[in-house]
Amino acid sequence: MNFNLLSTEIATALFGSVLLILSLVTGKDARRGLGHATLAGLLVLLLITFTQYGINSGGFSGTWILDDYAVFMKQVFIIAAILVVFAGKSYVEDFTGNCNEFYVLMVFALLGMMGMASAGDLITLYVSLETMTISFYILVAYNLTSGKSAEAGLKYLILGALSSAVILYGMSLVYGAAGTTLFAKMPPVSVASPVLLLGAVMLVAGFGFKIAAVPFHMWSPDIYEGAPTPVTAFLAVASKAAGFAAMLRVFLGGTPVAPDNWLGIIAVLAAITMIIGNLVAIPQTGIKRMLAYSSIAQAGYILVGLMAADPAGVNGVLFYSMIYAVANVGAFAVVIAVERATGSDEIAVFGGLWQRQPLLASVMTVCLLSLAGIPPMAGFVGKFLLFSAIMDQGIYWPAFIGFVMSMISVYYYLRVALVIWRDEPKDPAPIAVESGMRLAVMAALAVTVVLGVYPAVLSDLSLAAAKSFFGM
Amino acid sequence: MNFSPIAIALLAPIVGAMLLIFIPKDERRLIRWIAAFSMGIALLLSLAAYFMYDFVKGGFQYTISIPWVKELGITLALGADGLSLPMLLLTNLIGFSAIFASWNIDKRTKEFFILLLLLIAGVMGTFVSLDLFVFFLFYEVVVIPIYIMVIIWGSSKRVTKEYAGMKLTIYLLIGSAFLLVGLVALYLNAYPAGQRTFLMSALAQASFSESFQIYCFALLAFGFGSLLSMFPFHSWSPDGYAGAPTAVSMIHAGVLKKIGGYGLLRIGVLTLPLGAKFWAPVIALLAVGNVAYAGFIALAQKDLKYVVGYSSVSHMGYVLIGLAAMNVIGVNGAVANMFAHGVMSALFFAMIGWVYERTHTRWIPDLGGLGHQMPRVATGMLLAGMAGLGLPGLVSFVPEFTIFIGSFAAYPVLAVLAIAGVVITALYTLRVLANVLFGPRRAEFDDLQDIKGPEMVPLVVLGAVLILAGMFPWYLMDMVNAGVQPIVDTVLAKVSQMTALGGGVK
Repeated sequence: MNFNLLSTEIATALFGSVLLILSLVTGKDARRGLGHATLAGLLVLLLITFTQYGINSGGFSGTWILDDYAVFMKQVFIIAAILVVFAGKSYVEDFTGNCNEFYVLMVFALLGMMGMASAGDLITLYVSLETMTISFYILVAYNLTSGKSAEAGLKYLILGALSSAVILYGMSLVYGAAGTTLFAKMPPVSVASPVLLLGAVMLVAGFGFKIAAVPFHMWSPDIYEGAPTPVTAFLAVASKAAGFAAMLRVFLGGTPVAPDNWLGIIAVLAAITMIIGNLVAIPQTGIKRMLAYSSIAQAGYILVGLMAADPAGVNGVLFYSMIYAVANVGAFAVVIAVERATGSDEIAVFGGLWQRQPLLASVMTVCLLSLAGIPPMAGFVGKFLLFSAIMDQGIYWPAFIGFVMSMISVYYYLRVALVIWRDEPKDPAPIAVESGMRLAVMAALAVTVVLGVYPAVLSDLSLAAAKSFFGM
Repeated sequence: MNFSPIAIALLAPIVGAMLLIFIPKDERRLIRWIAAFSMGIALLLSLAAYFMYDFVKGGFQYTISIPWVKELGITLALGADGLSLPMLLLTNLIGFSAIFASWNIDKRTKEFFILLLLLIAGVMGTFVSLDLFVFFLFYEVVVIPIYIMVIIWGSSKRVTKEYAGMKLTIYLLIGSAFLLVGLVALYLNAYPAGQRTFLMSALAQASFSESFQIYCFALLAFGFGSLLSMFPFHSWSPDGYAGAPTAVSMIHAGVLKKIGGYGLLRIGVLTLPLGAKFWAPVIALLAVGNVAYAGFIALAQKDLKYVVGYSSVSHMGYVLIGLAAMNVIGVNGAVANMFAHGVMSALFFAMIGWVYERTHTRWIPDLGGLGHQMPRVATGMLLAGMAGLGLPGLVSFVPEFTIFIGSFAAYPVLAVLAIAGVVITALYTLRVLANVLFGPRRAEFDDLQDIKGPEMVPLVVLGAVLILAGMFPWYLMDMVNAGVQPIVDTVLAKVSQMTALGGGVK
């Protein structure tokens, strides 16, 4: 029993429990303090993960894998959580009633995600997945005074439970056909049976729900719109990245069915996700709904990396997940700030943001351009890695769809920029940006630009992680 | 590291833009002068680079090479040869003039000049980068400043500025999406994993199969062609120019478009000679479409900017047919004509800008007799117009003549059709000049001020180049030839070698 493999998770669980106790003993008055405590704890967790690079081993009878890939993914989740807490602290403090459990739930959702990245078998994966999802059910409905939030929570609960059921059913079929739950011991391709295939399809559908790939995406715009904005940011970024982390483990770690068969499914999913996500984002008038559809489209791009199914593709997935997380949280942070100042999440309220708060305007523009994949932002390098991986195998059409759709996505991203830069503000009062928010958006800005012009800092790390995933 | 004037010329506007960030926005005079000063430095350095170029040595000079992303083989490599130096000089001439053409901008002056300087730096970067990735980076960097500038400082006449800006952006980006697939395919197919590089010189030495060349060249031709407003992908250009503020129209029509021709030659033709050979007749055919179709449409336009917009589409036809000829004379003419057209169209747009600023209209029937009240503007327009129709003694004559000789050798019928297009050019140019500048004096324009002081700079700088390059064409043609000759020789050698082997050498 090598408990060092679990040290991040143990620390996270302990930290979550301490936060829970703290929130109980301090009561309602400690609103501000707990946010700071959460930040400090998350930073420590991030530091701990750095000690775990290079371990690359499995344990607990193969149910737990700690390779660089898992560590990298965990850092994506933790960094997303840190940025969300920085940006969302004041938003959370505005909640009526007790706001303290918010942080506790976030930490437990984080714990679930970490488990998903490290899971070596179906059971560990499922338990981790549920830890994350159940925390999110509560978080989505956290704003008690908002009917929209409650509705979103209910929807997420019902649809989430459905997708969990699909995954579980898929898992039971895979187990029945393969005789094992360990990814590493899945039977070779030659003995793939129809039952195994059916199970794999169920798994694709279930994970498709978690990552919001078309046609399993219907839930996400409503829930992104209704949930409290920091939760939306965390859900759109970390939960999606966790879905990908698990999907890669299931489908690339130990392929349950013939690669040709399921690659076809992934390819079709990727294509329609890129197309539908981008096209439906165009007519949206609410910024949160627009970002919801945009993040559906982003899932399509990442699926292309999964389709490549080689270290280059996994490298693309890892690099892009980090870039996407930072840019998307950056954009949501600006939404949080504007929403707090204006009380609305329509794109129109961003009018004249350039004059009201130049920092937020710049961050929003840069983050959206990164999501669109316009150089010199980091998103371009990410897309380059994803699409060149599949092109390297001689398959060009996903790259065509991907590049053309990302140029089309510029249309709706730039519409926000247009409102920000061209319009005169209805209310010229400057928007206040408190220190936490300032840190979050400046970090997002810096990372997005720096990794765009000098991607080697991150791509070296992600390439090593991708190689460790394939045991290289 | 050795001194490289082009690297400093590239940095000058970037440093200028950074300086501007710290200037309070009410200091309009200071903002303008900082912008002008940084572009002045860039212009002087690029002039120095142009005239210090060592013809005996040839090839790329003033080179800088810094490994950037080793894993992917990206190098921050800068350098210039006889092909890039005229383009670099053109960028700085127009950039410098564009600053002065925007002298009277009072709305958000600070942001305007920051974006303008970034735009100029981006364009400059594409012409001096020797690495495909860096090239593409610079190219895409210019798209967003242009969009923002059009929607804030643009004008809505026939189409709204929002429409114009978005059309411009989306057209160019979709073109660049195909371009990007082509470039990545080039990168992946040139060398096996581990030895890959984005360096253009290395890519040009790789050998590609004929089918790949044909496929990949089509992608590049679509991407670069839509940037060059190749018929039928040209419709962004007149709308975009009409919506854009003067400085953006100048830079866009003057140099940004030329990235298309430059890229097609530097990357497409040089790296994929068989693909170029395969597609050249198609490009020549489309080029005639450019010349004739856009020329006829220009005849029917009543908005000054639309006339010049369509005329620039029409002129790009000459560039394309020169490139498609794939012989030294034709390609020389094409590159020189890119320079000539740049100077001329920038001057034209600058003068239209002054007319519009003073009369608040660009509608040709509403204008007339402006030569009486604004003789300087009239001089500029006349110069630009005459250069446009290829008057001997002005900058365009020699390049156009060269193109006709070169293309006649390759495509006699198409060349004759394209030459006939000159008649259309003469028709619409003379019509515009006559209706706007000449005719009886109109009382409603009597209180209009002619341009003076800093406003004269675009006229003086661009007008001087227009005349000097016309009087002493060898300064331009020798330089262009120094860049084109080795490229075309390499390409022809490759083509004949490959066809001798029956094609398809892997």
